[in-house]
Amino acid sequence: MAVNAVLEIEDNVLNTLNAFLRGLLERGVVDDLLVPQTTLAGDNVVQTLVHDVAHLSAMNPMAPVLPVNSATLVSKLTITGAPRKVGVVLRTCELRALVELVKLQQATLENVVLIGVDCLGTYEVTDYATLIADGIDPTAELLAQIKDGPPRPHDGYNFRAACQMCEYPTPDAPGVHAPDIHLGVLGTDGGVLVTVRDDLAEPLELTPASIPAGRKAVVEALVRERAAERDRRFAEFRARVTDVSGLLAQFSTCIRCHNCMIACPICYCRECIVRTTTFDHEPRQYFDWAERKSIIRMPVDTLIFHLTRLNHMSTSCVGCGMCESACPNDIPVATIFRAVGEKVQAIFDYVPGRSLEDELPLATFREDELTELGEK
Amino acid sequence: MPEFEPRIVAFLCNWCTYTGADLAGTSRIQYPPNVRIIRLMCSGGLDPVYVTKALLEGADGVLIGGCHPGDCHYQSGNYKARRRVAILKTILEQLGFDPDRVWLRWISASEGQYFADTVTEMVAALKEKGPNPVRELWGI
Repeated sequence: MAVNAVLEIEDNVLNTLNAFLRGLLERGVVDDLLVPQTTLAGDNVVQTLVHDVAHLSAMNPMAPVLPVNSATLVSKLTITGAPRKVGVVLRTCELRALVELVKLQQATLENVVLIGVDCLGTYEVTDYATLIADGIDPTAELLAQIKDGPPRPHDGYNFRAACQMCEYPTPDAPGVHAPDIHLGVLGTDGGVLVTVRDDLAEPLELTPASIPAGRKAVVEALVRERAAERDRRFAEFRARVTDVSGLLAQFSTCIRCHNCMIACPICYCRECIVRTTTFDHEPRQYFDWAERKSIIRMPVDTLIFHLTRLNHMSTSCVGCGMCESACPNDIPVATIFRAVGEKVQAIFDYVPGRSLEDELPLATFREDELTELGEK
Repeated sequence: MPEFEPRIVAFLCNWCTYTGADLAGTSRIQYPPNVRIIRLMCSGGLDPVYVTKALLEGADGVLIGGCHPGDCHYQSGNYKARRRVAILKTILEQLGFDPDRVWLRWISASEGQYFADTVTEMVAALKEKGPNPVRELWGI
C-alpha cells in the first residue's frame, strides 16, 4: 500500500525535491543516500554516495543526463548486502534494470530504500556539457515545462535515442516494480507529488493528499508520444533488416570495442565469453578460414558478439540505451536490442523490471509450453 | 555443377540423441552423410553462441537433439534448451536469418530409425532452401 502526498513548493521544484531528499538523511530514514549531484566542473551530473548531510549542496535528481545506469552502482553497494540503510535515487530505466539485477543475484534490496523519480528525458553526456558551456540550465528548462508537458529538449538538441522511445518516464507506471518512494513532477503545478510506502508516511510527516489533477493527462500524452516514436523506430529497423546483408549494414561500423556490453547494466558477467580465450584462435585458423571462404572480415566474430549478447540478455533488456550512448560509431544498438528484445520477451509474457516475483525466462521453464518445438 | 550438399552441424545430448545416432549406426541404417555430430552431455548445456557460430561460419543447418520432454537425464535440461531455442529462433528471425535452418528434435536412445529419418528429412529441406546465404558474405 502506498500513501500519496503533495510537497508544497517553496521557491522552485528542484529545491523542494532536494529538501525532501535531505530530509531522508536528516530524519534517519536512511543512513546514506545515492543521489545525482553536479560535478565541481559543473558540466556533468553524477551519482554520489553521501553519508554527511552537509555534502548535498549540488544535488540534482532531475538533471537530464545519465552517465551510467545506476543499477550497476546499486549492485556494487548491495551485492553482498548493504551494511547500512541506503536510499537510492533512480530513474525508471535504472529501477527496472535493478529489479533484473536482483533476480540475477547481482544486487539485494534489504536495507535499500528505492526512490524513483520522474524522468524528463536525458541528453548525451557531451550534449549536456555543451549546453552548460553555452550558459543554458537544461534542468530548469525542462522543469519549466512539467505542468503542460511533454517536455521538449533545447532547440537544436535531442534526447538520447532510448529516451525518445521510452514509454516508462514515470516509475509509478503499470508494469514497473513500485519504488518505496516516488517523486513525481510531471503534470504537477505548485506542488510535487510524493508517493511513499505507507509505513514511511509517518516518519516523513506526510499528510495524505490526492494525486495532482493534471498529472494523468500529461503522463499519458508523453507515453503516447514516446510509444509512437518507439513503433516508428522499430518499423524502420525491421524494414532495413530483412536479410543478413541488411543486418551486416547495421554493424558495418562496429569496431568491436565492447563498449555497449560494458555500459549495459544487464551484462553483469565478470568474465564475458566474448572476452575469454574461447574466441582466440591459432594463427593457422584465420588462414584456413580465408582459404575456405576466400575472404574474412578482421577482426573476426563481429556479428557473433552482438548475437551472443542478444541471446544472453535480451530477455532482461530494459531499453535504457546505455549501449547506444557508449557506441563510438553511432550504431543504433538500443533500437536493435529493444526491437529484438520486445519479441523475445513476448514469448514468455515477460516484462523486465515489472516484478521481483516474475521468474527470469532463462532460469525457469514450464512443461506445457512451446510444445511445437522439438516435434516433427 | 554437382548437386548442392548441405552441411549440418548437430549438437546431440549424450544420453538420448547421440546414443540414438549410435544405434542408427550399429543397426546399419543408411542416412545422408551431411551431418557433423558434436556430442554434449545435455541439450540444456548448449550455449546458443555455438549454434550461431556454426550458422555464421556457413553451416547450412544446425540440428539440436535432446531427450524427449520428461526423459532428461538431468531432469529438466531439455526444457531449458527448448526455451533457449525459442529465443534463438526469434532473434535469428528478427535479424534477417532463416530460423528454419535450426532444428530441435527429441530423439531417444532407442530411436535410431527416427534419427536417420530426421537427418534425411533435414537434408531434403535444406536442399530445398539452398546454401546458407551467409556463405557468400564476408562482413560477418
